[in-house]
Amino acid sequence: MAQDLEVDRVTKRYGASSAVDRLSLEVAHGSFFSILGPSGCGKTTLLRMIAGFLAPDDGDVRIGGASMRGVPPNRRPVNMVFQHLALFPMMTVGDNVGYGLVRRGVARAEIRSKVDAMLARVGLSGAQGRRIDQLSGGQKQRVAIARSLVLEPTLLLLDEPLGALDLKLREHMKLELKQLQAHFGTTFVYITHDQSEALVLSDHVAVMNAGRFEQVGTPQELYYHPKTPFVAAFVGANNRVAGTVTNVEGDVVELVTAAGLKLRGRREGELATGGGAVAFARPESIVLARDRAQLPAAMQSFSGNVESLLFDGANSAVLVLETATRIEFRIALPQTGEFADLVPGERIAFGFDPGRAVCFRAEAS
Amino acid sequence: MAAALMPAADAIVGPRRRLALLLLLAPALLWLFGLIVLPHVELAILSLRARVAPRVFEWSFAQYLTFFEEPLYWRTFVRTAVMSIAATLATFAIAFPAAWYIAKVAKGRAHSLLFVLCLIPFWVSETVRTLGWMILLRESGVLPRLLVDLGLTATPVELLYHDATILVGLVYTSMLFMVVPLVNALETLDDSLIEAAYDLGGNGWSILREIVIPHAMPGITAGAIVVFMLTLGNYLTPTLLGGKNSLWFTELIYTQFITRFNWEQGAAFGFLLLGLSTAIVWCGLGLSGQRFADVMRRS
Repeated sequence: MAQDLEVDRVTKRYGASSAVDRLSLEVAHGSFFSILGPSGCGKTTLLRMIAGFLAPDDGDVRIGGASMRGVPPNRRPVNMVFQHLALFPMMTVGDNVGYGLVRRGVARAEIRSKVDAMLARVGLSGAQGRRIDQLSGGQKQRVAIARSLVLEPTLLLLDEPLGALDLKLREHMKLELKQLQAHFGTTFVYITHDQSEALVLSDHVAVMNAGRFEQVGTPQELYYHPKTPFVAAFVGANNRVAGTVTNVEGDVVELVTAAGLKLRGRREGELATGGGAVAFARPESIVLARDRAQLPAAMQSFSGNVESLLFDGANSAVLVLETATRIEFRIALPQTGEFADLVPGERIAFGFDPGRAVCFRAEAS
Repeated sequence: MAAALMPAADAIVGPRRRLALLLLLAPALLWLFGLIVLPHVELAILSLRARVAPRVFEWSFAQYLTFFEEPLYWRTFVRTAVMSIAATLATFAIAFPAAWYIAKVAKGRAHSLLFVLCLIPFWVSETVRTLGWMILLRESGVLPRLLVDLGLTATPVELLYHDATILVGLVYTSMLFMVVPLVNALETLDDSLIEAAYDLGGNGWSILREIVIPHAMPGITAGAIVVFMLTLGNYLTPTLLGGKNSLWFTELIYTQFITRFNWEQGAAFGFLLLGLSTAIVWCGLGLSGQRFADVMRRS
């Protein structure tokens, strides 16, 4: 069976630079696919090419197996939820949801029953006659999704629809979006710069940078097995240490920083002794101890001084400066209360399993 | 004195605050009362009296009756109304694409340049502008000669003194007053609304009708009201471009006041014109479903 969306070596150039550079991707039917990237990475350009608002300079977009070359947005089996939702303020909720059906020339009675059913499915029964400005942020969100899904598109594109909401509502809408997608079974392509949205919602995530995909995979793969330094740095918090490779032994790489700190990590890609490398270790994979002797023997251990405490509830962390090299590590604070009494300046030991750190060849810069 | 009246703003309370407000409003109130309300009261009294003997007057509806009894008067009245509505519609039809281009298509310098282009004709006085049209259109003027040179007409034709000529002049004079509110209204239209409508299956015409026009309606109404009132009360353009062939109601008022020295009749005509513009604006608001206060706030 054909994939719902196939993007085949699509390129879009603005002047000399490419916003999207020979990019390919496939999205399976019924899945929730996210494109995650910093602003300016070309993800909006890509989405607009899929929706049909922009024509690719090169390559092709296929939706449900059919090439979309030369097909305008109003003829594509794709609908889009816009960043600021773009609900029509001059129409009621019911007219907003029914707009696409009216444009298709569906009979009035059928439109009414479809709109009623769709509003019921998004939990807005009886809101048909309300004006858009009478709705809360979350309700507007649901109307925007209902307005697109009522047309039963092959693909629903979402352009950072949660960006304008406040934090609390955003958390809530994340769950709601996930439930709506599971409920309708429509293929969602979601773009965002918020990694937590991408990780929580998606079946697959593509991390995009400078017009290309760095890595495509499940949220778990991206988080635990990043394939490029960019992904390691962009997805989740990470401690980055750059140095020179001193030894490669199977999958374990040893490197030493310019200041002389030695550490070991898992090899990712080709690395050669004497070459530059960057290592990444996640704050939560680093273990704190009062004394180096208390750390498991398999771990490489270091000692340092507490620089500052960053309290953020469950995400609390400490910044520790390694004693000899003054290299800063961000270390997650265990929630057991064991280190609740830490004070800045205090001497502390920390360590991590080499397998939990990842080393890449340093990019030539 | 002024300094004494203006201590820290929140310190002004009660009667002093009201006094300050009154003083600030005084010029506007004086203008409103002295130049608009007072003359109209005087005109109303004038229009409702008839001269029975030298320096003897009595209350009467004679001037208003004259208007209805004399076909020239009420026909000119209806003609002026119809032509003004036509001029307003024509102005809208021409100004809308221009406003769309300025608001949505032109970017950066082109945007300001186009706006200035709309404004430039207004640096020249209306009289000179209208005389310019006469130079172009009169029988010995530029355009008729061009038509002869191109072999389109055998002899120069008189392009002045037609209703169409008046319309052209009126539309030209009113353009800016339609373009500005339209540009303002269209600029506030979020482009993503148009894209969303397109994405949901709309086409150019349906988006214009269902999204763009409803959004721009307050601007359209504001522009239409201003253009209609300016056109209805215009004197110079219809007089110069229409000549003797096309009478405008303001010309009748002028004649009554200045030529015939019949101020009573002129005052009655003035009130009829005021009633006409009020009635048509009210009908227009009703048709477009707008409230006057909303339109004035948004424009």
